Amino acid sequence: MDRQELIPHLFRTEYRKIVAVLCKKFGFDQMDLAEDIVSETFLAATQTWPLEGPPVNPTAWLYSVAKNKARNAFRRLSFFDKKVIPDLKHTLTGFAEQDIDWSSQNIDDSQLQMMFAICHPAIPPEAQIGLALRILCGFGIEEIADAFLTNKETINKRLLRAKEKLRQANLPTELPPAPEIEKRLGPVLKTIYLVFSEGYYSESQDEVLRKDLCLEAMRLCNMLVENTQTNKPQAYALLALMCFHASRFDARMDKNGDWVLYANQDRSLWNEDLILKGGYYLRCASGGDLLTEYHLEASIAYWHTQKTDTREKWENILQLYNRLLQLVYSPIAALNRTYALSRVKGKEEAVKEAEKLMLVGNHFYFILLGELYTGIDDAKAKENFLRALALARTRADKSVIERKLAQFV
Amino acid sequence: MDEFMLIFRHPDGNKVASPEQLQIWMKQTMDWIGGIAAQNKFSAGNGLLFEDSRVVRYNQVVTNGPFGEIKETIGGYIMVKADSVEEAVEFAKGSPVLQGDGNTVEVRKIARRDGLH
Repeated sequence: MDRQELIPHLFRTEYRKIVAVLCKKFGFDQMDLAEDIVSETFLAATQTWPLEGPPVNPTAWLYSVAKNKARNAFRRLSFFDKKVIPDLKHTLTGFAEQDIDWSSQNIDDSQLQMMFAICHPAIPPEAQIGLALRILCGFGIEEIADAFLTNKETINKRLLRAKEKLRQANLPTELPPAPEIEKRLGPVLKTIYLVFSEGYYSESQDEVLRKDLCLEAMRLCNMLVENTQTNKPQAYALLALMCFHASRFDARMDKNGDWVLYANQDRSLWNEDLILKGGYYLRCASGGDLLTEYHLEASIAYWHTQKTDTREKWENILQLYNRLLQLVYSPIAALNRTYALSRVKGKEEAVKEAEKLMLVGNHFYFILLGELYTGIDDAKAKENFLRALALARTRADKSVIERKLAQFV
Repeated sequence: MDEFMLIFRHPDGNKVASPEQLQIWMKQTMDWIGGIAAQNKFSAGNGLLFEDSRVVRYNQVVTNGPFGEIKETIGGYIMVKADSVEEAVEFAKGSPVLQGDGNTVEVRKIARRDGLH
């Protein structure tokens, strides 16, 4: 690897590991300190490596420097604890004698525990995703700000509040006990899916960043299925779903950064490897009686990876959406269900159902109506595309609609 | 917004449909319910099986099924959210149950647990 790229690369892969290991050792209330220690460690690397050349084993170097910095920091804290505030909850004594465990097993465990802590029900959902991106995925503040289309100050404030919540919750640094795992897994999966969606549907123009978000979400979910306590069917289902979606990553945007709609995608660009992986995980997900929204969404995504538009394909997609909507409603599922209906029963039937949805603030709703009216009533089709254009916010969305409108000229 | 129960009634519970026919009805029913759920107006629903059905009577007498001696059976129900009984009736009109001559869908408003009903 290029020397220029080495430190940013290590920052991405090691930052989260060191923070997780330190937090596991000293408690989540010391997260700020843990983050400071890791930042200082990387600062030391940027100062010495260019002069002396990178160490033979850069990761071991980072771990060792982090350990020394942690020891000093906690000695100071421990002194402060004992002499100044004797009744502080956490006792930090005995650090010098204990070493920090950098085994890959402990690194994995620490990250998994961190995942459950960040996604604890006591932490507000909007704080969870920010913390997940920062602490679990090692994204920089600037990148997070870009993904959420906001500025660094806002993200910093959000993270500060989130960490305060985490401190107040005073969570134990271990996985929830087995009977609770099932329940606690719900918000963990939700956060992972949010990270993925942020990448997959993000309005950010930075394609590398968007892809990274998706890959990070898949990595987190992969950690869940590799651990025997957390490899539940719903975790496999979410991983399958993300593999199927990610398989179209290269086909869904053209060279100009414009969306390519599903029907127009070059299907040879779909990633066969990810489709096969998704199929494997979906089979792993079918153990047990549980049928979650992730199972249904993964099955829908599976049918979308089928290249030929058979009646069977769309009939299955329609039935799966029927079931998904009964389980949990979302506007996007309602729109997709209506599109599937048009493929099974024709546009006339689908238009009638679409008109009942009344999702009047949603530009995708008017794109769907425009699409369904095209060929039946072109004047109405154009009218709906124009309403969609008025509601669309991003350049990529507007461009899709403008191309649709162009056919009526 | 109120909740309504749509109850599917069949006049003759002894009629048995073929598995193929049942599958077609099932698909139609799911499309119907999916259309209601797509409007975020679906609350709950269940089909009711003939298998393992009993009638428990006065004096603890238990008989197999409600069939034979009474004219109609209940095949299932769904619960929907609707602003008015008229809207609930519009939902009911789409039910594939109504393809059978003599079948009915009864629309009943769910009593609110507000102490007034």
